[in-house]
Amino acid sequence: MEIASETAKTLLEVLREDLGLTGTKHGCELGECGTCAVLMDGKPVLSCLVLGVEAEGADVATIEGMMQGGQPHPLQRAFADLGAAQCGYCIPGILLVAKALLDSNPHPGRDEIREMLSGNLCRCTGYTKILDAVEMAAKGRGDL
Amino acid sequence: MSRQGFSIIGKALPKIDAMAKCTGETRYADDLHFSRMVYAKLLRSPHPHALIRAIRTERALSLEGVYAVITGRDLPVRYGISPATEDEEALASEKVRFVGDPVAGVAAASETVAEKALGLIDVDYEPLRPVLSVEEALVAEGELRIHSWNRRANIQKAVSFEFGDVEQGFEQADHIFDETFFYEGNTHLPMEQYCAVAFYGPDGKLTLWSSTQTPHYLHRALSKVLGLPMSRIRVIATPVGGGFGGKSEPFSHEICVAKLSMITGRPVKITLTREECFYVHRGRHPVKMRIKTGVKSDGTLQAMHFQSFLDGGGYSSYGLATVYYTGALQTVVYKLPGYKFEGVRVFTNKPPCGPKRGHGTPQPRFAVEVHLDAIAEKLGMDPIELRLKQLVEPNTVTVNGLRITTTGLRECIERLAAKAEWKKKFRQLPYGQGIGFASSAYISGAGLPIYWNDMPHSGVQIKLDRGGGITAFCGSIDIGQGSDSILAYVVAEEFGVDPADVRVVTADTDLTPVDLGSYSSRVTVMTGNAAIQACRKLKDTLLRAAADALEIPADDLEFAEGKVRCRSFRDRAISFVECVQKAEAKFGTLGAMGSYRPPKHPANYRGSGVGPTPAYSYSASIVELRCDADSAEVKVDKVWIAHDCGRAFNPLLVEGQVEGSVYMALGEALMEEQVFRKSGLHKLPSMLDYKSPTALEMPEVETILVETNDPEGPFGAKEAGQGPLLPVIPAVTNALYDAIGVRIHEIPITPDKVLRALEGRLKPVSVPSFEFPPPIRWQPGEGVEVQQKS
Ligand code: FES
Ligand code: FES
Repeated sequence: MEIASETAKTLLEVLREDLGLTGTKHGCELGECGTCAVLMDGKPVLSCLVLGVEAEGADVATIEGMMQGGQPHPLQRAFADLGAAQCGYCIPGILLVAKALLDSNPHPGRDEIREMLSGNLCRCTGYTKILDAVEMAAKGRGDL
Repeated sequence: MSRQGFSIIGKALPKIDAMAKCTGETRYADDLHFSRMVYAKLLRSPHPHALIRAIRTERALSLEGVYAVITGRDLPVRYGISPATEDEEALASEKVRFVGDPVAGVAAASETVAEKALGLIDVDYEPLRPVLSVEEALVAEGELRIHSWNRRANIQKAVSFEFGDVEQGFEQADHIFDETFFYEGNTHLPMEQYCAVAFYGPDGKLTLWSSTQTPHYLHRALSKVLGLPMSRIRVIATPVGGGFGGKSEPFSHEICVAKLSMITGRPVKITLTREECFYVHRGRHPVKMRIKTGVKSDGTLQAMHFQSFLDGGGYSSYGLATVYYTGALQTVVYKLPGYKFEGVRVFTNKPPCGPKRGHGTPQPRFAVEVHLDAIAEKLGMDPIELRLKQLVEPNTVTVNGLRITTTGLRECIERLAAKAEWKKKFRQLPYGQGIGFASSAYISGAGLPIYWNDMPHSGVQIKLDRGGGITAFCGSIDIGQGSDSILAYVVAEEFGVDPADVRVVTADTDLTPVDLGSYSSRVTVMTGNAAIQACRKLKDTLLRAAADALEIPADDLEFAEGKVRCRSFRDRAISFVECVQKAEAKFGTLGAMGSYRPPKHPANYRGSGVGPTPAYSYSASIVELRCDADSAEVKVDKVWIAHDCGRAFNPLLVEGQVEGSVYMALGEALMEEQVFRKSGLHKLPSMLDYKSPTALEMPEVETILVETNDPEGPFGAKEAGQGPLLPVIPAVTNALYDAIGVRIHEIPITPDKVLRALEGRLKPVSVPSFEFPPPIRWQPGEGVEVQQKS
């Protein structure tokens, strides 16, 4: 999609303000919390640190695009089923980073999941159910 | 886990809003957008303590894109969460009391313009010497007095109580232990920053959307400060992106956007930066403590004298309650025949402290549980044995008049010790590895509201649609703990339907009956009871219609599986929808209200209002950790935790609360600290510098849920959101002692403290010398009798 936006705007601002895609959240806007993570060409980036113009030509995936054909992604299902989202504010970022992990490594160990999510702070869950949910999604999806 | 004939309660169901939260659909305050909306920013004081000589706003006002600028003059009415200590102004008019105290507000076309306008506001300050420690605050005079309304120095409140026979207790003791402790302050750090949007419409009505845990108290404060009747104000609490107590009082930014909208006639939004959130704070109080305990040689506690010194920061906030909470719950875990409590909260020129998860109780719990661990060791006893000897019994009243209904602490401890193989490990692990234990109790909702009144604490309204849909309206706000889902589960359980058929409308003062808010772990117990009452009224009506239709007496009918059916012949049934239609035909439109007010408490002394609750939850924890001898880094390997939640409505949600509490406790125990420079500036006001645990530091947690089916709780439930934080912090400290043989009496336990302790250089905590007021004395049995429910 093509959009006109102020060049100084971060990708986070372009998504939330210009496109009205408010599923992407922010907790610091300084690159410290991981809440604003989105995928750029499949790789997690902190949208508060990327300028909108830097995303030109890239494939940007946000939480709004995670359901496919009206069906939740296995990660979304697992997070919902296990109660991994408490306040839910950190969840869009975490889901996308987890998706990037599973896309490149379908069967990560618990430590690999911890490592991958170490840049995403969550104050509610103690990460326990989040880690469980990523493991469950990885198991449930076979070698897909 | 026993489900005892429940169809919904006890099931591991997804939350009703789980998918919305996993798809980005949930609309938090900052996700709201309105046409013509403008953006607000607040100018904050760079000084910790200063008089305001003059504020000039003309330059800011003339900047292109600025719609309004306000100062303290526009909002002169003082407010505060506690009616006894209304010492805050939305914008400071004469004096600033901490770095970050707001002095002016701007509404502009964009945040950038608003920010620029702040730079054009000229404030003429006359700096005063700041007061930054409790010791200075206790003796402050002249210009060092931070407020003028309090009687003496910078003392907000000093309290003193004596319960039972303290003197005799100490006399009869074989040993007396006297120790001091310090618990550093820390902050909530919710992932969602504070955010509010206000719109004052042409109809003269104000709507405020805010990330708040207490829409009702905010409603009252807005009315008071803005001079608008509450009937013209609507407060909508948006889904809260993490609260932990930090969003439970009216804030400057909420009042300012409301005022700015009244001036501009436009929707006005404000989102605080992360740095501002560190200064708004209202988090954990730094507390110095001294405990003197008399014990028999067999470990029986005879008497305890507990003192607390709270560094409150610039304003009162909830401080009145906090100071009492540092003393109130010591008696709820172990039997204490004599108990003396003295506490004082002072003002200092730092961001105000307030309630954070466990409000005023993690500090004393830490001190008491570490103290008991040391006592057990000196007496040559196993620390778990020492505790098991003297647990508070169910259906008793404590020495300070708190009514205990159920307690599952014994079961918690026994199951926990078995799971963690305590006996095999305690004092048996190699040097550098250790295991520690502690237990605790917490309230399931404060027994009294924050402002005195006789009205219910929670109300629920239920409306039935003739299509079978059920809507439950309640003022409660979901802060992630799952209160919306709990409401749906209760209603679904009562009507025998799927929770998906229940719609909940919550936290909107125009639409929903009052609930006092998501604080003090009160929501499940209070809204649950209110919801049950509303449902049962409606069920009576429905049953009368069903009894007629089925020609079966109403008391032989039940609601189950989407039907109203005969208990003995289950196929004699009508569908729920049909039943609703028959009842509507017979009785008219269907709806009912329910409400809840906690039971009266037994004690009647001044100050006895803090501590009572419908029911106490109990927790116990065992922590296993290792400490590297060179780096002194502590690594927690595993946390076992057992929690008596009365009844687990949904074990997944309860576990989630327990795990989140463990996480927050570990952050507080090992790394988080809200600390300040001499200039009054925060040392670590960013998420990078303020260390909190990541997925890497979080150990595995094993949770044991104990169900005691409390007669006060809805379906027997008690709280789960705060209590489980309490035992973990002292359990870490005790485990560290087991690992390396040093007791750290200060939280957080950072590597430098461990190193200093190992080298014998960690000084004992000094507490100020202070003369407390003469104690209020009270003996158990002096209060009013309260009937126990069975
Ligand atoms: S908002 Fe981007 S990392 Fe915090
Ligand atoms: S669920 Fe609340 S911050 Fe992660």
